[in-house]
Order: sequence, then structure tokens, then C-alpha cells
Amino acid sequence: MGYNWNWGIFFEKALFGSGTYLDLILSGLQWTLVVSLLAWVIAFSVGSVLGVLRTTSLKFFRAFATTYVEIFRNIPLLVQMFIWYFVMPELMPKAVGDWMKTGMPMPEHSSAILCLGFYTASRVAEQVRSGIHSIPSGQTYAAYAMGLTEAQVYRHVLLPMGYRIIIPPMTSEFLTIFKNSSVALTIGVLELTAQSRQITEYTFQGFEAFTAATVLYIMITMTVIVIMRYVEGRVRVPGFIGTGGR
Amino acid sequence: MFTGFDWEVIWRTKAYLWQGMLFTFNLTLLAMLGGILIGTLLALMRLSSYRIFNIPAGAYVNLLRSIPLILVIFWFYFLVPFAIKFITGQPHAEGIGPFYSALIAFTIFEAAYYCEIIRAGIQSVPRGQVNAAYALGLTYRQAMMKVILPQAFRNMIPILLTQGVILFQDTSLVYVVGLTDFMGAANKVAQRDARLVELYLFAAFVYFVLCFSASYAVKQLQAKLAPSSR
Repeated sequence: MGYNWNWGIFFEKALFGSGTYLDLILSGLQWTLVVSLLAWVIAFSVGSVLGVLRTTSLKFFRAFATTYVEIFRNIPLLVQMFIWYFVMPELMPKAVGDWMKTGMPMPEHSSAILCLGFYTASRVAEQVRSGIHSIPSGQTYAAYAMGLTEAQVYRHVLLPMGYRIIIPPMTSEFLTIFKNSSVALTIGVLELTAQSRQITEYTFQGFEAFTAATVLYIMITMTVIVIMRYVEGRVRVPGFIGTGGR
Repeated sequence: MFTGFDWEVIWRTKAYLWQGMLFTFNLTLLAMLGGILIGTLLALMRLSSYRIFNIPAGAYVNLLRSIPLILVIFWFYFLVPFAIKFITGQPHAEGIGPFYSALIAFTIFEAAYYCEIIRAGIQSVPRGQVNAAYALGLTYRQAMMKVILPQAFRNMIPILLTQGVILFQDTSLVYVVGLTDFMGAANKVAQRDARLVELYLFAAFVYFVLCFSASYAVKQLQAKLAPSSR
């Protein structure tokens, strides 16, 4: 096919930046991990609050959370990325906007983390909601009958069970956030995919560079699956969902 | 807050944006059809009891589901020229153009996701149906084509369409290779006229209206298709 294989490319000194091409791939991996994990912190906390709000008896909060989910789910992540990075500073009050443009540390990375976090929050919210809904309503009634307040019902009955039920779908959301972090390259974050393309453009060794990125993504996926399986086993409630028969 | 913005730029460039939207629709529709077709074959392979079928299909699905779509698009932009040279045997073969490269990348990628949906759909058909079909003397092919798949697809229609809406959003990622889909068109106008805020907000609005209405329609359809489960 007329392709010059050169797996040694990773140990050659890079034509840009400092260090070897391997260093570039690793720095890309590092940014993929940092952006994804920080975004996950936002997604998990905001998503949990929204998911709970969608199931509460407070009509206003329910409507707010539903609107949030519909907006963030129905706009492509790429468009949201551009809005956080290019549009937000213009719509903010002037002082805040100017700070976002000049003062904010690492504007691309911060925007990417915020964008990815708030986007994934809408998906986490849906999982939390479905987890809470899948608990038989008898448990809620029983809790109220025992005199618990609504907050206590969530704290002691619904959430401990709900979170356990949604571990599998949450694992797949967690995997998705690593994949979605590649969209950050559109606003200039040099994460794993971006670095592998950059190396391809400078050296034409696309096979090697893209293979390296592919293998690293697969390793992230496998690590997450192993960790989540461990977590699932640790928090298992005997005699409940997903525990029978195994 | 909205002073100093020029919303008229959208009206001036409407023909160009519409061209982009047609590209997006084309790509979504064709990739969806191709994805469902290949996805069905993959699902049948994954459910096959022959290792020679189910192992490669499983590997394919797991591989594509663990890497980002953007990386898949890059892979295909890089690979397709080599593949064409290899197939035609000519060192300077003509390319197939960016649209078809993107279409192949999306089809291949979506097939992995459709495969999992279709597999679940096939598995949701009660086992008795399969046994009854075989008891009537149908071959594997007849049982699949006349008994299992029609029922499975009927159950799956809402999820297949929902995945279509996700695909519609994902097509915006052809931006990374410079194609002019709806987002690409909006982006080019935004850069040329320095009207980023107007164009990006407009793009978000259009995507929102289309995806929200489509999701709503799917929900209605779902309620209609499965009255018993409500």
C-alpha cells in the first residue's frame, strides 16, 4: 500500500513542542483525563441535584430541571462548546466577559470542563431520575408513614437505593465523558485525539499515531469498567437488584 | 445585552445555511440507513452460536464503542485514500470525496451502536416465537426474516429513531475535517463576518427546535406503538 511503517516514531524528537512524540501523546492523555475527571465532578453533582429535583413534589423546581435537561440534551456538544468558549464572554456583564477573555487561567481548558460538565449533568440527571423512579413507591409511602420528611425520605430511602440501581448506566455515562472530551479539541484543547492528529500532520505516520490513541482510549475504558465492577460489588445490598443469581 | 449584534446576517446568508442543513439531513439519513443495515448484520453475528461470527462482531462493537467519534472520523480520513489505492491497485487513484469519507465513517461508527440496540430488540422477542418458527419447519433465514425481525423492529422503532436524533447531533462533528454541514456553514459565516455570537446562538436554536420536536414526536409514537405497556 506504499506506507512507510515506523513504530520508532514515538521515540524521535518532535518537530514541535519539546520532547519526543511519545511525550506529546502522554500529555494528550493527561489532558483527556484531567478534563474528563473535572467535568465528571460537575456532571455528577449538578446532575444529581437536577435528577432529584425532577422527582420532587416542588412543581417549580421540577419544571426548571426538566427545562435544563431538554435544553442541554437537544443541542450538539460541539455547538455548546463554541457557545461556552466564544459566546459566553460576550453575553456576560462586561467586567466578567473581559476577565473570561483575558484573566481566566487556561480559557480553553476551563471552558471545555464547564461545557462538558454541564452537558453531561443533563444525562446524569436522567439516570438519577430513572433510578429514583424504579424504586417501588411502597418504599416511599412506608417512609412517609414512619414520619420522615421529604428530605429524609430522599436521604435515607430513595437515594441510597437509587444510586446503586443506576451504577451500570452511570458507568456508561462515565465512559462517554472520556470520549466526549475529544470534542474539546475544537476549541484548542490538545487532548489525546488532538495530539494524535497533530503528530499525523507533522510526520504522516497516521497509523502509528491513531493506533496509540485508540489503544489508550481502550485502556481507559477497561480501567473504568474494572473499577466500577469493584465499586458495584462493594456497595451491593444483599438480596436486592443485581445481586440475585450471581 | 443584545445591543451591537447583527441578527440580519442570518437572513442574508440563509441560502448558504440551508445548503449546510441539506448536507446534514443527507448525511444523517444515509448514515442511519447504512448503520441500521450493518448493525442488523452485526447483531445477527453477535447472537450467532458460531464463534467465527460472534467473536469478530463483539470485538468490532466493543472497539468502536470505546473510542471517540472524532477519532473514528480522523481514522477514516487517513485510511480511505490507502484503501482506495489498495482496492483499485492504482497509486494515484481518485479520492471518493469528503462527503463519502464522512458517510463511511459515520456508518461504520453508528453500526456499532445500532448493533447493540437491535441485539436487545431481537432478544426481547419471546423465545417461544423462535421455537414455534422452527417447529413449523422454517429455516433460520425464514424464521429471522418472517418472524423475529419484524417483531423486533416494531419494538425497536422508538429507540432507533432516538439514536437517529443523536446521530443528527453528532453529524456536526464533521466540522473537524472542514466539511460544510449546517454547523460548518454557520461557522464559516461566523468567522467571515465576525458574527460568532449571532451564528452560534442561531445554530443552537435550530438544533434545539429540530431535536426537541423530533424527540417529542418519537415519544408520541412510542405511546402509540405500545399502549399495553402504559
